[in-house]
Amino acid sequence: MTSHKSARQQAGSDRQGLASLIFRVLADFFRQTATILWVETVKIRRDPFSLFTRAVQPVLWLGVFGTVMARTRAIPTGSVGYLEFMVPGVLAQSVLFLSIFYGISLIWEKDLGILSKYLASPAYRPALVTGKALAAGVRALSQAVVVCVLGLLLGARLVLTPSSILGVLFFLMLGAALFSTFSLVIACLVKTRERFMGIGQVLTMPLFFASNAIYPLSVMPGWLRTLSSGNPLTYQVDALRALMIPGARSAMGLGVDFAMEAAVFAVLVGIGSWLYPKSIR
Amino acid sequence: MTTSADTGIFSVSGERAAIETRGLTRRFGDFTAVDGLDLTIPDGVIFGLLGPNGAGKTTFIRMLVTLLPPTSGEARVAGFDIRREPREVRRRIGYIPQLLSADGGLTGYENLMTMARLYGVPRSERRERVRDALSAMGLSETAGLLARNYSGGMIRRLEIAQAILHRPRVLFMDEPTVGLDPVARRAVWESVRSLRESSGAAIIITTHYMEEAEELCSRVAIMHRGGIAAIGTVESLKEEAGGAESLDEAFVHFTGSSMESGGRYRDIAQVRKTASRLG
Repeated sequence: MTSHKSARQQAGSDRQGLASLIFRVLADFFRQTATILWVETVKIRRDPFSLFTRAVQPVLWLGVFGTVMARTRAIPTGSVGYLEFMVPGVLAQSVLFLSIFYGISLIWEKDLGILSKYLASPAYRPALVTGKALAAGVRALSQAVVVCVLGLLLGARLVLTPSSILGVLFFLMLGAALFSTFSLVIACLVKTRERFMGIGQVLTMPLFFASNAIYPLSVMPGWLRTLSSGNPLTYQVDALRALMIPGARSAMGLGVDFAMEAAVFAVLVGIGSWLYPKSIR
Repeated sequence: MTTSADTGIFSVSGERAAIETRGLTRRFGDFTAVDGLDLTIPDGVIFGLLGPNGAGKTTFIRMLVTLLPPTSGEARVAGFDIRREPREVRRRIGYIPQLLSADGGLTGYENLMTMARLYGVPRSERRERVRDALSAMGLSETAGLLARNYSGGMIRRLEIAQAILHRPRVLFMDEPTVGLDPVARRAVWESVRSLRESSGAAIIITTHYMEEAEELCSRVAIMHRGGIAAIGTVESLKEEAGGAESLDEAFVHFTGSSMESGGRYRDIAQVRKTASRLG
């Protein structure tokens, strides 16, 4: 009790003490987040094979679905060709599919004692969650290379200025962080891998179809458009389109896209941090 | 700080005891896993919590390492309240769960670096401490191998190394030798003994192996159905039990049942799972 009190008094007694406390907390938080990010990226580097398996889906969506649909000219995409229209959609979708199953690793760590050991350490819970989310973001970056190269090969014209590339990478990281944290939250709530995979399967398609990934909002019936406007994937696709397609404008505005995704991400980190310790009880 | 193992069961100050609990209780629905435990463990001893699967040892430990909130009662670990000051507690303890807790996808060295960073070991000391911990646990040669290629005994020693990098005041080891063969078990015991000598930390071990308690522990508490049936040194317990030859006999004397009786299906499944993963 005594040391507890003295720590409080020290922090409250002068402003300098408070500032240094805040600095220490932030420094700890960033170091712990970076540690988890480092652990996960080391493991990603050791598994280059998954790079290829993850490339299969976007190749099919762009190379088969996209090429066929572009020839039918069935979907009105304005002045933009359908293939161009689809590249950002497929990119966002492949990152969603990749991230929504990210939580499986947490179930593994929960079943073993790894998560228990992390949680018995002084690491902040939000740092443990954020580190994982950022690692999912890093993993998503390879998808950007695959999808963009493929899109260019198929003849899509894309904006390739440094600022647009940086913007795309930033939004990809944010989107992957958001959906992977959603996945971590689910992983906290379910006990078995099988159930987790089932829930993941159930979630991906509705998130995908209730978005503007492969058709514009303008062709949707009213109820679907309403659903879509609450779907973070819609904002992700909107931002990617504005950044990648020549002459394209964001329907919602990049600021809104960012604010929406960042807010959802922050809420999910909060929920995840709260559920993390509960998940091993 | 060198409280002898045989004196001062209840220290008054609260600062000198590694662990102090008062009426610590945990219920899961109708089932009371830990039932009003009062226990004081002095600094610097190897303390054994002995009992069959399902006696409440793991639940007790998980409360002390701040992973499980108690239903009622209180506890102080390294002088801090587990409920009100969990972060202060976590800074001062090392915890080795019963289940596999080293990351198989990382090398031994990387496993240690991870913990050194999470615990905030100063950057300038990290390499040296990791190197020292590796050599203390006899893992210097294999530090560059992925942990998934380690044997069960090596993994346990890696986990011990991970848990001591930040020089904890109290080290918790939950069933440290479950699923290990006799040779690996002896190697882990050796490591624990040398750790006590070099670090001065209190080491709390749960076990259902009588032999392990006799080999390692200067004090032992026998847990039975969530409570403590007897507490003392191995010798004093044997004596109390009317000159029992072994702790096994003492256990029967205090609990009226043998070690074999306990254990629910889930525990057994878990022990076997651990055993197969470690082996």
